[in-house]
Amino acid sequence: MSGRPAKKQYWNEPELGLWERLYIFEIVRGLSITGGVFFRNMWKWVTGRKGALTAYYPEEVRADYSPNNRGRHVLTQRPDGKVQCVACNMCATACPAYCIEIEAAIDPTDGAHPKSPARFEIDYSRCIFCGFCVEACPEDAIRMVKDTPDLPGFDRDVMWGRKDLLMLWHPLADPRKRYPPAPEPTTEVREP
Amino acid sequence: MMPDLLVHGLYIAYVLGFLLGLATIFTWVERKQSAVMADRIGANRAYLRIPFTQVKLVWWGLFHGIADGLKMIFKENFTPATYDRFCYNLAPWLASVPVLLVFAVVPFGGEVTPGRFFEPGSAAAEFFGDRSWRMQIAALDAGILFVLAISGVGILGTMLAGWSSNNKFSMLGAARAASQMISYEVAMGLALIAVVVTYGTVDLNDMVLWQQQAAWGILVQPVAFLLFLTASIAENKRIPFDLPECESELISGYFTEYTSMKMGLFLLSEFIEIVVISALVVTLFLGGYTLPFLRPEGFVLPGGATWELSHFAVVVLQVLTFTAKVFVVGCFQIGIRWTLPRFRYDQLMDLGWKFLLPLAALNLVVTAVVRWWTL
Ligand code: SF4
Ligand code: SF4
Repeated sequence: MSGRPAKKQYWNEPELGLWERLYIFEIVRGLSITGGVFFRNMWKWVTGRKGALTAYYPEEVRADYSPNNRGRHVLTQRPDGKVQCVACNMCATACPAYCIEIEAAIDPTDGAHPKSPARFEIDYSRCIFCGFCVEACPEDAIRMVKDTPDLPGFDRDVMWGRKDLLMLWHPLADPRKRYPPAPEPTTEVREP
Repeated sequence: MMPDLLVHGLYIAYVLGFLLGLATIFTWVERKQSAVMADRIGANRAYLRIPFTQVKLVWWGLFHGIADGLKMIFKENFTPATYDRFCYNLAPWLASVPVLLVFAVVPFGGEVTPGRFFEPGSAAAEFFGDRSWRMQIAALDAGILFVLAISGVGILGTMLAGWSSNNKFSMLGAARAASQMISYEVAMGLALIAVVVTYGTVDLNDMVLWQQQAAWGILVQPVAFLLFLTASIAENKRIPFDLPECESELISGYFTEYTSMKMGLFLLSEFIEIVVISALVVTLFLGGYTLPFLRPEGFVLPGGATWELSHFAVVVLQVLTFTAKVFVVGCFQIGIRWTLPRFRYDQLMDLGWKFLLPLAALNLVVTAVVRWWTL
């Protein structure tokens, strides 16, 4: 080993030989790369296969979402089918996008949970899928599941997640997270 | 007189439809081709619904061009607070009309004798007589010179647009556009002189006939072909030469302050110019409307075998050949646009003045010497 320090090498040091400097051959090379990809994909399309890596959204549901993906919200239910939410407004307060709107209703006959949401709406055109609402909820009433909300449409109304659309999870239908069995399920079990 | 009017009216209608239709299709090709070569699907949502039914025609997103056009037309026509009213409104037209005009001298088919389409002795055949017309709106002797002269006018539109909208970015873009287009016009003109020397004519139709007799121009003049293609892409201000309108530095360059259909005209003229450049490349270097072995009386193979075709079939074949060639060259231009990265401005000027221009001059000298010896 000689004592001479090695010449400093930069990762982006331009190394253009005469060939590259002539430019025209590099153009041909670049064109053959893009052209090759083009004709390979085109051959797939004309033979009836899919020549793209991207998915048709929303018709095509990608299979590779992580199970932990923060996608659509669900409102959980009690074993009797009533919504678990107690309309405490904590999620709406935590929401950085101010996109949860809750209108409370009272049911004096239910002693344990007299308050419930009459209206529970999430404006998906504003939601940033941060999951703060899930963190904030003291009742485990709101969760996020891996599939995406069905957003595309021709007007803004389809971008609202309404209470009836969100109530997709019932404890008795979920084998992974069971509730202690309720005394007597009164209403029909809703399938997710 | 009347047959002349009718024939040329038909030509003009056909050429307008050809240019606008092909330009619209190229907006689609640009989207789809880039999508396919980047493993994507591309625009595929616009549809036409057949009235009173739920049948939606999507046709691989072909109607996105129409949607774009409608959007442009119905957008608010916003104008900057201070602008030169006359020049501002004139500029889009000055940028787009010359592009259309250039096509007037491009032959899109051979000689046509309309009288031969009809039964001999019928009224239509009598009307046209046995006169024949070149399929070319203006059969000018000075074809190439007309092309150079008119395409030079396009620079004015660009400069006016930048200057009249009273905006620094537009001004910078216009300055860039002007210097770029003028620089590349020089190289383009020199490249074309070499072509003219080879063919011995400036009439575009005669050039096509020359190529039919001898060989396609791309084989005789490959250097001029490369120079012309490069210079004309630079003229069109598309990537890799899109310095006048580079989004990252100049917002949108010389048409920053334009909205609605005025901007649409700039964008449309860009796509029409793709068609026109392709048409010029096809005419000058790729044999124009001719197919190998296709003669006015049908296919004549070298072995002496002939396949007779009616006059009408030959005319249709020539027009279709021209369209197909133009389409392929246009797709090639779009392929270049999606492949090459952009130049820096000094590199652009270096390329124009220090590389293309000497190369064009050298090509001209070599061509002239060779021509001298072979004549
Ligand atoms: S995920 Fe975030 S933005 Fe969306 S509703 Fe919950 S708190 Fe609001
Ligand atoms: S979802 Fe949870 S945090 Fe939000 S109102 Fe209902 S109970 Fe409260």
